[in-house]
Amino acid sequence: METKRLVFVGVGGQGNLLASRLLGEAALAAGIPVVVSEIHGMAQRGGIVESAVLMGNVTSPIVSGAEADVLIGFEPIETLRAMGKCSADSLVITNLSPLPPFTVSIGQGKYPKVEEALELIQKKVKKKVIALNGSALAAEAGNPLSLNMVMLGALIGSGAVPITPEDMKKTIAASTKKAFLESNIKAFDLGMAGAR
Amino acid sequence: MHKLLTDAPGKKMLLLGNEAIARGALEAGLSFATCYPGTPSSEIPEQFLHISQETDLYFEYSTNEKVALEVGAGAAACGLRTMVTMKHVGLNVAADPLMTLAYVGVKGGMVIVNADDPSLFSSQNEQDNRYYARLSGLPMLEPTTVQEMKDATVAAFDLSEELGLPVILRTTTRLNHIRGGVELGKLPPRKTKGTFKKDPFNLVTVPAVSRKLHQVLLEKYDRALEKSEQWPYNQLTGKGKWGIVANGVSVNYVRDAVVDLGIADKVTLLKLGFSWPLPKALMTRFLKQVDKVLVVEELEPIMENELKALAQENGITIPIKGKGVGGLSRLFEYDPGLVRKSVAEYFGIDYKAPAMVEMSDLPPLPGRPPNLCAGCPHRATFYAVKQVFGNEAVYPTDIGCYTLGVLPPISMADYLICMGSSVSSGCGFAEGTDQKTVSFIGDSTFFHSGITGLVNAVHNNHKFTLVILDNGTTAMTGHQPHPGVQANLMGLDRTRVSIENVVRGCGVQDVHVVKPFKIKKTIEALQAARDYDGLSVVISDEFCPLFAKATKQFKRGKVFTVNQEKCKNHRDCINKLACPAMFVEEEKVRIDENMCIGCSVCAQVCPENAIVPVK
Ligand code: SF4
Ligand code: SF4
Repeated sequence: METKRLVFVGVGGQGNLLASRLLGEAALAAGIPVVVSEIHGMAQRGGIVESAVLMGNVTSPIVSGAEADVLIGFEPIETLRAMGKCSADSLVITNLSPLPPFTVSIGQGKYPKVEEALELIQKKVKKKVIALNGSALAAEAGNPLSLNMVMLGALIGSGAVPITPEDMKKTIAASTKKAFLESNIKAFDLGMAGAR
Repeated sequence: MHKLLTDAPGKKMLLLGNEAIARGALEAGLSFATCYPGTPSSEIPEQFLHISQETDLYFEYSTNEKVALEVGAGAAACGLRTMVTMKHVGLNVAADPLMTLAYVGVKGGMVIVNADDPSLFSSQNEQDNRYYARLSGLPMLEPTTVQEMKDATVAAFDLSEELGLPVILRTTTRLNHIRGGVELGKLPPRKTKGTFKKDPFNLVTVPAVSRKLHQVLLEKYDRALEKSEQWPYNQLTGKGKWGIVANGVSVNYVRDAVVDLGIADKVTLLKLGFSWPLPKALMTRFLKQVDKVLVVEELEPIMENELKALAQENGITIPIKGKGVGGLSRLFEYDPGLVRKSVAEYFGIDYKAPAMVEMSDLPPLPGRPPNLCAGCPHRATFYAVKQVFGNEAVYPTDIGCYTLGVLPPISMADYLICMGSSVSSGCGFAEGTDQKTVSFIGDSTFFHSGITGLVNAVHNNHKFTLVILDNGTTAMTGHQPHPGVQANLMGLDRTRVSIENVVRGCGVQDVHVVKPFKIKKTIEALQAARDYDGLSVVISDEFCPLFAKATKQFKRGKVFTVNQEKCKNHRDCINKLACPAMFVEEEKVRIDENMCIGCSVCAQVCPENAIVPVK
């Protein structure tokens, strides 16, 4: 199959590592060669968390600058910051709900307007940017922590990876606690719908 | 059941590199494991901890890497298969036993997992530990994929037993933290007790014995070299005249580069998975069949230099290059784009890198460094210390979450070199300057290597204040136990060693134990410590809230809010504490009630009494 290079960025606690791992599980189950790479480090302390999923005929576990087929950003300015992973041909999927870093509250820097950030992102790539209010959709699904499911839903909904919604949901179901299953699946569906 | 105990040979599982190593050890019949946790190695022992609770595997978190290696050495001397895991700088701590364990050797197979950290994702340096194999004379293996991390671990145990030597399995962060499909093998039964046969003239390293053992080690080197020549992960592929040599994760970058550049028929790739002793015959064969060689290895030019020496011995004069070609430097980890570009440049291939989107028009984005959590007791302690000692005191710090105290607005970290250095360097600062010295060390780090420094401070009459930040766990690496934890909270049967008793037992006269969320009392204790003419120790005792939550010790207090009528907006709370639960909206300070854990510190800091519990 064609090689797919995906980059996930977010903030510690948003669950993007889990999203990339689940995508890896789903790929493995579908018989697609896959490597996932994550940097754990000090993620829990509110830093930036980046992970990568590479599928197909590729053995390198990371994605260099300009080489991402898809960038999935869980936070608008983190999407913007990670745009260096993209070329004009990349697909960008981004959450629009801001999570200002504490440097902003102590007066070291300004958080840009979300609309301006989005405009900048749109200007840089040819494909239509998938932008959704992921945090609101997660809340609508009944669990604010299901943002990662919304984002996974948007990715699968975009059709950018050869994994069916059914297969993805099976993987999600197999690794979700019963109490969260319903909200996770709902979040996933809302994300899928948001990508259309 | 733990997923790594799945007994289904042939099944494919998506495993983290570190899980693959743990699984490999189990497939090799591991009986005994020790470690000191350290990123990026920490997930290996984490698996062993859980597995040891379900099976008869013996596992312990030892006080430091030296201790872990010595405990493991004892078990291996009894014939048990033993694994010891650590990060690269941990091997510095364990270097003393390592050098002589190489002489004494092992009976049961012993694998020492050493995780290097190119790019310093979470370390204080990026030393290349391949040198340790050369320094100690121990064989070293370097896997390149997740599958190989498992398979090479199994093979490493056999190799270790055959040679009677510990084997070092070297990984890098990128390998520890990738996930990939791994085909499971069989899980053999475990041997849990061995027998120790007395053999003092081979096991007690007095000079006369060691002179002989050093010779034995050199003989073992020759056998290891034979093994390396036949090692299945030392591979020559392709028949082209362009030679490329790579190890570890770089092998993947080279493979992809060769495919992407369409030069597969022109290249011969030598992959070196047994990196000490290097397979000289195989390497010579390689050198004889190519016209030109590029060496792709992260960090130091080790293989490059060995290849050059080998070429010289064989009278081969082809160009051999590595460092300095394209972007191949001695700094930081490599990536696929960088390797592709370097390969193209070296072999003169026309290659245009994909064009990155324009980044020059981005507005300045606010930084997002990691930060102490909301309600972290370290923040409260730092605040109190600064009230008493001010900005002028020297603050040696140590390794743990509290190293983040280096960032503003706390800015209370002035010097750090390694685990335990806060205490001993504090002795030097206390003598070297008239400025006040306050050293910070965490509980786990104190047990790891703070105690010897403390004894030194007592004995040599150094006058400074040591603040021990005791949050009941090894927080930064993921909440592992240490000798001071309440092990029952984690369902473990271990004896607690009291930090206060240790400190008093070392002979410290002025000892204070404070609860850092009680700011006034904490400040009073620190004032007494400052005014004491001698060495003082202040133990700041409060759970890490993440650990408290994980172990169900957490009692959520009332969350706090800012009474906007009383708030004078001078922002003392933000400027002095900067708890991440605080934010500014429409020029007003607010508290995120979902993040606030109700530690009440901000309420005590606010001079207007404007921060109040939510009713
Ligand atoms: S993990 Fe615990 S010790 Fe570390 S910053 Fe967070 S609250 Fe503090
Ligand atoms: S009480 Fe104040 S300092 Fe403590 S967690 Fe809440 S906002 Fe942060």
